[in-house]
Amino acid sequence: MTSPLRSEPGRTGRVLVLACGALARELSIVSAQSGLDHLDLQYLPAGLHNTPRLIPAAVEERLVAARDQYDEIFVGYGDCGTGGLLDTVLERHGVQRLPGSHCYEFFTGSAAFAELHDAEPTTFYLTDFLVRQFDRLVWRGLGLDRWPQLLGDYFGNYTRLVYLSQFPTPRLLAEAEQAADQLGLRFEHLPVGTGDVEPVLLQLGRRPLQAVPT
Amino acid sequence: MSDDDLDLSSLDDAELVEQMHEDLYDGMADEIIEGTQILLERGWGPQRVLNEALVEGMRIVGVDFRDGILFVPEVLLSANAMKGGMALLRPLLAETGVKQVGKVVIGTVKGDIHDIGKNLVAMMLEGAGFEVVDIGINIDVQAYLAALEEHQPDILGMSALLTTTMPYMKVVIDELTARGLRDRYIVLVGGAPLNEEFGAAIGADAYCRDAAVAAETAQTLIRARRDLATAV
Repeated sequence: MTSPLRSEPGRTGRVLVLACGALARELSIVSAQSGLDHLDLQYLPAGLHNTPRLIPAAVEERLVAARDQYDEIFVGYGDCGTGGLLDTVLERHGVQRLPGSHCYEFFTGSAAFAELHDAEPTTFYLTDFLVRQFDRLVWRGLGLDRWPQLLGDYFGNYTRLVYLSQFPTPRLLAEAEQAADQLGLRFEHLPVGTGDVEPVLLQLGRRPLQAVPT
Repeated sequence: MSDDDLDLSSLDDAELVEQMHEDLYDGMADEIIEGTQILLERGWGPQRVLNEALVEGMRIVGVDFRDGILFVPEVLLSANAMKGGMALLRPLLAETGVKQVGKVVIGTVKGDIHDIGKNLVAMMLEGAGFEVVDIGINIDVQAYLAALEEHQPDILGMSALLTTTMPYMKVVIDELTARGLRDRYIVLVGGAPLNEEFGAAIGADAYCRDAAVAAETAQTLIRARRDLATAV
């Protein structure tokens, strides 16, 4: 991988974080709480979550458009179901991304998520974003509002729903539990916070980054 | 009966087949069962009903899915409708004793429980005349090997939806190679995060981007293998 763009004398001193819209709230909170004023946060539509094949091209278009305006660009995506194609784009532009395969993993931490998933592979995961957007992205996104008879086709193999929370509230907890009820799954709540996101953001623009784990 | 109370039995054969394509497209299971029954009563053989009414209808669905006109829920409804017709035809096809095109063992890899794509592939392969042994989800290498040993298929099909589970396909292929079994089987792989480069990199014979392509690829590769066997 080539080195990401780095701050040089006379340049802007700004870092762009180009991220999935599903991470907007978490990145904004972490950035504000940690005083990361040199970061500009921009987002791609969270709906790409349901069409991962479109993510690499969408990210590349934004990278190309923004790269002359920033000393460094970082991508706030995991692999997110692109099967390595996002990494191919990022390598071409010398840009790095969040570690791991998806948001469940980088919020939970890779080792902890692997342990969680191995213990019960028949688990469906929600984050704060997905709890808020459950009706739009999951229930209606899968057509279950129109064709509830498809519930078994989609979720027949699942046994539990784990809510991997970032900033849980009583309302989010209730909605997550309601989602589990709708899907007919056992509910568990695991408060994981923002996991790997904060330490990665803290590094941006300040010191050399570690290689992206794949 | 269709929404507008269309009497399927009033249609001639060509009209009925065309209507069944539309009903499959719209996921109308009861109408597909009724149409299948009518064609059988008119003396159509089960293979002809399967090919001309059901498989052709699903092919149209597959094309529109590929082109982004239909989405997963609509395809699932169509598949469920086709299952109704298949349930009527399966015993009749077995009675006719028509030689199957080949045998397929198919399963979703270890750590992965997603089976919508696999089930569609299994159905399209069955429609294309293959005997399909679906060994389910979360299949580890030992279970694949046991199924291959038991069923002696021509084709092994592996599916994965997750970036984290798709590398397991290579584990299975490497184990087949290590045991000297790799060349016995045509290995097809598929799943949303996969692509042709990945299929080639892990040593599969082909990556299949959707169920219709899987059925076409299976037919092409099995024919090529048999031609080769005949030529030597």
